[in-house]
Amino acid sequence: MRLFCACAVLLLSLTALGNARADEDLRPLVDALGGGNFRETAGAVADLAATGNPAAAPVLELLRAGDLYTRRSDGVVVRGARAGRDIALSDVFTGEELETVGRREARQIRVNNSLRRDIDAALGQLTLLSPDPRVRAGAAQAMFNARDSAALPLLEEAIAREEEPEIMERLILARAAIQALHGESDSVRLEAIDEIAQRGDREASALLATVARDAPPAVTEAAEAGIAAIERRLALWNMAQNVVFGLSLGSVLLLAAIGLAITFGVMGVINMAHGEMVMLGAYTTFVVQEIIRTSAPWLFDWSLLIALPLAFLVAGAVGVAIERGVIRFLYGRPLETLLATWGLSLILQQAVRTIFGPTNRQVGTPDWMTGSIELGGLSLAMNRVVIILFALAVFAALIVFLRRSRFGLHMRAVTQNRAMASSMGIRTNWVDALTFGLGSGIAGIAGVALSQIDNVSPNLGQAYIIDSFMVVVFGGVGNLWGTLVGAMTLGVANKLMEPWAGAVLAKIFVLVFIILFIQKRPRGLFALKGRAVDA
Amino acid sequence: MWLTRHIGPAGWTFLFVLAVVATAVPYANQLLPPDHPWHASSYVVGLLGKYLTFALLALSVDLIWGYCGILSLGHGAFFALGGYAMGMYLMRQIGDRGVYADPLLPDFMVFLNWQELPWYWYGFDSFLFAMLMVMLVPGLLAFLFGWFAFRSRVTGVYLSIITQAMTYALMLAFFRNDMGFGGNNGLTDFKDILGFDLQSDATRCALFVASAAALGLGFMLARAVTGSTFGKVLVAIRDAESRTRFLGYRVDHYKLAAFTLSAMMAGVAGALYVPQVGIINPGEFAPANSIEIVVWVAVGGRGTLIGAALGAVVVNYAKTVFTGTFPEYWLFFLGGLFVFVTLFMPRGILGVADDLRRRFRRPSAPSARPADQPAE
Repeated sequence: MRLFCACAVLLLSLTALGNARADEDLRPLVDALGGGNFRETAGAVADLAATGNPAAAPVLELLRAGDLYTRRSDGVVVRGARAGRDIALSDVFTGEELETVGRREARQIRVNNSLRRDIDAALGQLTLLSPDPRVRAGAAQAMFNARDSAALPLLEEAIAREEEPEIMERLILARAAIQALHGESDSVRLEAIDEIAQRGDREASALLATVARDAPPAVTEAAEAGIAAIERRLALWNMAQNVVFGLSLGSVLLLAAIGLAITFGVMGVINMAHGEMVMLGAYTTFVVQEIIRTSAPWLFDWSLLIALPLAFLVAGAVGVAIERGVIRFLYGRPLETLLATWGLSLILQQAVRTIFGPTNRQVGTPDWMTGSIELGGLSLAMNRVVIILFALAVFAALIVFLRRSRFGLHMRAVTQNRAMASSMGIRTNWVDALTFGLGSGIAGIAGVALSQIDNVSPNLGQAYIIDSFMVVVFGGVGNLWGTLVGAMTLGVANKLMEPWAGAVLAKIFVLVFIILFIQKRPRGLFALKGRAVDA
Repeated sequence: MWLTRHIGPAGWTFLFVLAVVATAVPYANQLLPPDHPWHASSYVVGLLGKYLTFALLALSVDLIWGYCGILSLGHGAFFALGGYAMGMYLMRQIGDRGVYADPLLPDFMVFLNWQELPWYWYGFDSFLFAMLMVMLVPGLLAFLFGWFAFRSRVTGVYLSIITQAMTYALMLAFFRNDMGFGGNNGLTDFKDILGFDLQSDATRCALFVASAAALGLGFMLARAVTGSTFGKVLVAIRDAESRTRFLGYRVDHYKLAAFTLSAMMAGVAGALYVPQVGIINPGEFAPANSIEIVVWVAVGGRGTLIGAALGAVVVNYAKTVFTGTFPEYWLFFLGGLFVFVTLFMPRGILGVADDLRRRFRRPSAPSARPADQPAE
C-alpha cells in the first residue's frame, strides 16, 4: 500500500508534465471505465495501462480509491467528492470544478478485489514501465522503500525491459531489498544482502539492520558483515568529504594569500592593509549588485563576472595609490612599512564603515552557483566548487602572467637585481607601483569570491590577514608554488583536525604548528636558495 | 647604586614629574573638596592610572624594540596574561558574594556546571602567589617562545608575524569556555583587593600610586639594563646582529634575557590594569591591541624609554578625547597617526623635540648621533 501512496504522490506531481493533448487522447479510454460491470472496467484499465501514458496513473489511483463517478447525463467519467447529500464533480485530469449534482445524477464506479489487483498491476506498469526515465527512477526508489513482495514479478519484468543502466541498478537494488527481507531461501537472501552492501549508503545500512532482525543465523551474520562494510566505506567517504572541505578552505586561503605572495613574497613589502583590499573587492561586488538590482535585474546572473574586473581595478588603484603615497618612502624598512600599512588598513576600514555602515551587507548568489553536486558519497556545494576552480584559475593565470608577459619579466628582473634592471632601462619605480597594484588587484578579485561565502562587513579583511601571512610564510616567501602548497596543506590539515578537535582548537593547533615550523625552517616550505636569501 | 647610575638628567626629570603626578592626583582626589576646580574625580584617577599601566607596557615594548630590534606584535598577550593572573586572584577574593554564592567556584564555573576548581586555579587565593604568577607566567611563555625563536634565528618581520600568531592563538584559546577562564566574558565583578573595596576612592588612589611606582621602578630598571654593558650588547645586536655574533657574543641569550624581562614588565602592567578597569577578557589578546602598543612607542620616540611612556599617555589621551566626542573619527586619526609618524617623525615626539633644540643651539650641535637612537 505504501508503494502506491509513494507512486501516487510522485505521479500527482508529474501530472503537470502530461500535456493537454495527451489527456484528450486518454479521454475515451477513461470514459470506458464507466462501462457498467467489473469485466468491462477491467478491460478499460488494461487499455489505459497499455498506452503507457503517465497521465493515466492518477486516474487509476482515483478509481482504486473509489473517487470516480459516471455522470448520468452524458456518460462522462469524472472525479467526485461527497458534499453532504450532493456530489461535487471535477475533471479527472485537470481537477477543474465542474458542477455539484444530486446523488442520483452520478454513479460511483465500484471496484472489487480482483479489479484492485488489476489496477495495482497497471499502476506498476505505468510507472515502472513508463517511457519517462525520471518516472521509472522514482518508481524504483519507491519500490526500494516499500519492500513489498507482491511487486516482485512486476520488478522482474521491469528489469528485463530496462535499458538505462542507472535505473537498472536501482531496480535491481529494489529487487534485492525485497529478496533480502522476503526471499524464499537463504541463498537468495544472502545474494540480495551482498547486492545491498554494494550500494553502501545510510539507507542500505538501515535496511540491512532490519534484515538482521529475526532472520536465520546465516542471514543475520551476512547482514551484519554487510553493515560493517558499509560503515567502513562511509568512514572513507567522510574522510574524503573532509579533504574536500579542506581543499575548499585551502582555496579560500590561497585566494586571500596569493596577492600577498606578490607584495610580501616578491617585493618584500609587509602590507597589513592587504585584508582591506579583499574587503574593497567584496564591497565592489555589493555595489555592482545593488546597481544591477535597481537598474538591470536581468543581468543579475552575470553580476559576479562584471564585478571581477571592477574589483581588480578598484583594489589595484587603491594599491597603486598606497604604494606611490606611502610605501615607496619606506622601502628597506620593513617594520615601519608594517606600521604604516596597518594605519592605512584602519583608515580604509573606517572609511568603508562610514560609507556603508557597520553592519553586514547582503551579497546575492547567482543561480548557477547555488545547489550542490553529488559525487559518490560526497556532496559538494556548488559555490565551494566554483571557488576552488576559481582559485586555481587565478593562480594559473598569475603564474603564466609572471612567466610569459613583458611586465612579468620586468618584475622578476627588478626583484632579482634592482640596480641592474634599472640600468637596462626598466623604470623600476613604475614596476614597483604596478606590482603592488597587481597584488592588491588580485586581493580585490579574492574579495569577489569571498563575498559569496563570508559576511561582507568592514571587518572582512581582518579575518584573513593573519591567515594569509601564515600561508605565505609557511609556503616560503617569494615562491608562488609554495603559497599554493601552503594554502592547501593548512586548509586540509585544519579540516581534518576539526572533527575530533573542534573548529577553534584545530585553528589553534595550526597556528602553533606554524610557529614551531618556522623555528625549523625560518624561510618556509620552499625557501629561495642562493643570494636572494640575504636580501 | 646600580639602579640609579644610568638615569641621566632627562631620566631624573621624568621620575620627578612622575613623583609629582603620583602625589598630586591622590591629593586632588582625596583632600580637595568635590567642587574645587582642581578636584580629580574617581573616574579621572582610574583613567590616569590606566594610562600609567599603558606607559609601563609601552616601556617594556621599547626595551626590546628600541634597544634590541625585536618588534613584538604579541606583547598584548603578556599584558593580558598578567591581567588574567591578577583577575584570578580577584575572582577568588569574591568568595561567596557572587551571584550563585558558591564559596569556592567563581560564578562562571557554577554557570557552566563545573564541580571543582581546576588545578591551575589553586593558589590564586594567595596574593603573593598571584603576584608571583603575574611575572612568572608571561616570563615563562616569553622564555619558551624566545628560546625557540631566537635559537633558530627567526628575525625581523618573521618574528613579528609569529608573535602575532602567538597572541592570536591565545585569544582563540581564551575565548573557549572550557579553558576555565570565563570564555567570552572573561573575569569581572571584582569586589576587593587585599581586603580593600575596589570601588572606594582610597583604593583607587592606592592603585594609582602603585602604578606610578611600578612605572618609575620599571623605568629605572630599563635604564639600568640599557646603560649597562649588557645594554650596549643589545644595541649592537639591534644595529648589526651578525657582526655581534661574530664578535663572540651569544646573541640568542642576550635577546632571550631582554625578551623575558620585557614580558614580565608587561605582565606587571597588566596586573595593575585589571583592578583599575574592573575586567579582563580575551579581547585584550587581539592582535590589533598589540600593534597599537607599538604605535605608542613609535609616536613617543623609539629607543628612548621616556618617549615610549610619553607616547602611551599622549595616544591614549587622544583616544579618550576622540572616542568621547566623535567616535567615528578615532580610527581615521589613529590610522593617520601610524602613517604620519612613520613617514615624517621616524624618531617620534622626542626626536622632533631633539631636532628643535639642536636647531636653536646650532653652533654646538654634535655631529654624532646619541647612542640610544636607533640607526634604522
